[in-house]
Amino acid sequence: MAIELKMPALSPTMEEGTLAKWLVKEGDEVKSGDILAEIETDKATMEFEAIDEGTIGQILVAEGTDNVKVGTVIATITGDGEEAAAPVAAPAPAPAEESKAAEPVPAAAPAAEKPVAAERASDPAIPAGTAMVKLTVREALRDAMAEEMRADDRVFVMGEEVAEYQGAYKVTQGLLQEFGDKRVVDTPITEYGFAGLGAGAAMGGLRPIIEFMTFNFAMQAIDHIINSAAKTNYMSGGQMRCPIVFRGPNGAASRVAAQHSQNYAPWYASVPGLIVIAPYDAADAKGLMKAAIRSEDPVVFLENELLYGRSFEVPDIADYVLPIGKARIMREGSDVTIVSYSIGVGLALEAADTLAGEGIDAEVIDLRTLRPLDTATVLESLKKTNRLVIVEEGWPVCSIASELAMVAMEQGFDDLDAPVTRVCNEDVPLPYAANLEKAALVDTPRVIAAVKAVCNRG
Amino acid sequence: MAKAPARKTAAPKKVAATPAPASNRDKPRDPAPYDATPEELETFYREMLLIRRFEEKAGQLYGLGLIGGFCHLYIGQEAVAVGLQSALDGDKDSVITGYRDHGHMLAYGIDPKVIMAELTGRQAGISKGKGGSMHMFSVEHKFYGGHGIVGAQVSLGTGLAFAHKYRGDGGVAMAYFGDGAANQGQVYESFNMAELWKLPIIFVIENNQYAMGTSVNRSSAEDQLYRRGESFRIPGMQVDGMDVLAVRGAAEAALEWVRAGKGPVLMELKTYRYRGHSMSDPAKYRSREEVQAVRDKSDSIEGLKKLMVEAGISEDRIKEIDKEIRQVVAEAADFAESAPEPELSELYTDVLVEQY
Repeated sequence: MAIELKMPALSPTMEEGTLAKWLVKEGDEVKSGDILAEIETDKATMEFEAIDEGTIGQILVAEGTDNVKVGTVIATITGDGEEAAAPVAAPAPAPAEESKAAEPVPAAAPAAEKPVAAERASDPAIPAGTAMVKLTVREALRDAMAEEMRADDRVFVMGEEVAEYQGAYKVTQGLLQEFGDKRVVDTPITEYGFAGLGAGAAMGGLRPIIEFMTFNFAMQAIDHIINSAAKTNYMSGGQMRCPIVFRGPNGAASRVAAQHSQNYAPWYASVPGLIVIAPYDAADAKGLMKAAIRSEDPVVFLENELLYGRSFEVPDIADYVLPIGKARIMREGSDVTIVSYSIGVGLALEAADTLAGEGIDAEVIDLRTLRPLDTATVLESLKKTNRLVIVEEGWPVCSIASELAMVAMEQGFDDLDAPVTRVCNEDVPLPYAANLEKAALVDTPRVIAAVKAVCNRG
Repeated sequence: MAKAPARKTAAPKKVAATPAPASNRDKPRDPAPYDATPEELETFYREMLLIRRFEEKAGQLYGLGLIGGFCHLYIGQEAVAVGLQSALDGDKDSVITGYRDHGHMLAYGIDPKVIMAELTGRQAGISKGKGGSMHMFSVEHKFYGGHGIVGAQVSLGTGLAFAHKYRGDGGVAMAYFGDGAANQGQVYESFNMAELWKLPIIFVIENNQYAMGTSVNRSSAEDQLYRRGESFRIPGMQVDGMDVLAVRGAAEAALEWVRAGKGPVLMELKTYRYRGHSMSDPAKYRSREEVQAVRDKSDSIEGLKKLMVEAGISEDRIKEIDKEIRQVVAEAADFAESAPEPELSELYTDVLVEQY
């Protein structure tokens, strides 16, 4: 029984090649692994090995032939009678001139129908008469972790100085004392290693909370956040999950200069497979941290050092959990929508107070979750105010602001009475000198000026 | 620049006739070759041959354009995955590896059909056709991939070991990586934590002597890779990775150590890949004679065949197995070619687990 030897594809991009040299002749006995021919591809000269045993029957393409299409029969082998050595009936890629047409996905393939996003859950109703307690963001985060650790023994915290030191920014204060060193684990300074270890532990069934002392150091570990954590569920066809929380302070702190002052929100928010959360106040920090720890998906939880010590009212409810992916209207208004997240929300609220005194009624939206982005809430507000300003403590280029501007173009164009405006940091590495740092960062006066401009009140 | 070959003698100054003991640290016992029954020999043979024939077929399907992208074949290294994984407890131990992963999955008894169908990018593939050659997983078999970034599986595997210890389930993680990955920084970050916390993990360096086109000598200041754990106090073992019984024997010694709670072991398996790094490797960095010499002298399957004959297994019986394996592989290939591609709607599934 003759086996057809076809011109092989020897690289992901090869469509044709040169049959440079035959190393066997008709009538030769060959066995698996013998080199039959040398083939020049678009990249290199490659050896073409025999896979089956047998005798070379006919050589159909002479050596020195150029532009031999992948799939062309170049020789035949007479098999040794073993039926399993039968040729592969290959439908693709078809020989010679048809090879282009035989690409696995036709060029005109119908686009897949995108699933319609489900209606997002709202925040739980807070029963009348619920006491409010004043908590710092730091305490709220700690309480959230502690509550989830009490509820689920798979949850553990790992990072630099999280245990004995009580947290470099004291966010994990007291956890070692309550949960012990099995569940509150000090690591060496080894971000890549412990981010990977955490992702592996999540794949193995645990619920890690990995603290980065700041997200600036997570760049050492970003491969595991993206390639290991975010993509695993998809690459495994939904078989292998990676339920992990990567958390820590993000964005500019105070006078620590360029390498320690960067907002990574747009980086992570651009990656499918991740959840990205960046809360502003203590209640959201608590409710969303609890949701993040319970999520089956990998979460990047971006905190802000300058907010850690600020106090906010938190409802005194057992198990206060908030929905991921839902923005919050912080202040209702009718003239303009100011959208922000994290520390920028505070600037937006301050600006709105001042603007109110000048007769501009601003609505302020805290995105809270940056992926998936709650575009519905923003667009709904835009429909009402017809003006959109985005405030972001971060660089302007390829930012959350630029993403929202695009969303407004695509889905809210007819509602816009003025161009979308963004108020971001200056497009420079953050300087150290006090005056330069101040000049580089967003502030309330800039927000006020931008709002007035879009409201034609400049 | 190629570095000088490893010296057999010590530094220039005169040394005492008896070298000082390298270390008086406790270490795993010296391994002995595994004493296999004829049935076990047959099982090893069957598994190793399945890997070889499967990979040959994969190479063939790649040549026909049915498999795309990168495809790294395991041909030549079969004794490593089969010898090591045969020593594991499938109910509690876990395995993780890099992108040259087909062999490890087959050695774990995962259906060749769903592996081949993944290679051809079909819905019936183990990752629904969305992972491909380098990204395959079977949580059911505690096989955690299949990772495409060189060295990432070492940190991830350390995390699997952390989970075993955290749960106290008695499991051991086995993390495979190559001589190339052995130069990645995160490997040493993982070594440090694994020994510091006495995690139950066996680090396995499959030293096939070439990181893509770069030989170990051209890339490694310490080319005796089993020593790479020494500064972390991780005991090392160097094992003939072309001899399945040596591999199995060494695995047992390593497992005894790790299961006793003494922390990780680093195993270096000296092996060789016959094919290129991936399908698109012109292999100009080594001679045809070098490859042929390994095939002729050290081939793991030929070596095992001799042992089988010595153990009284007939040539006919061996031929019968060969035929069965060819059949299994042919069926896997037929399945992988005829199975349908994923539905277009699969494009949007599995991005996230939950709905938000």
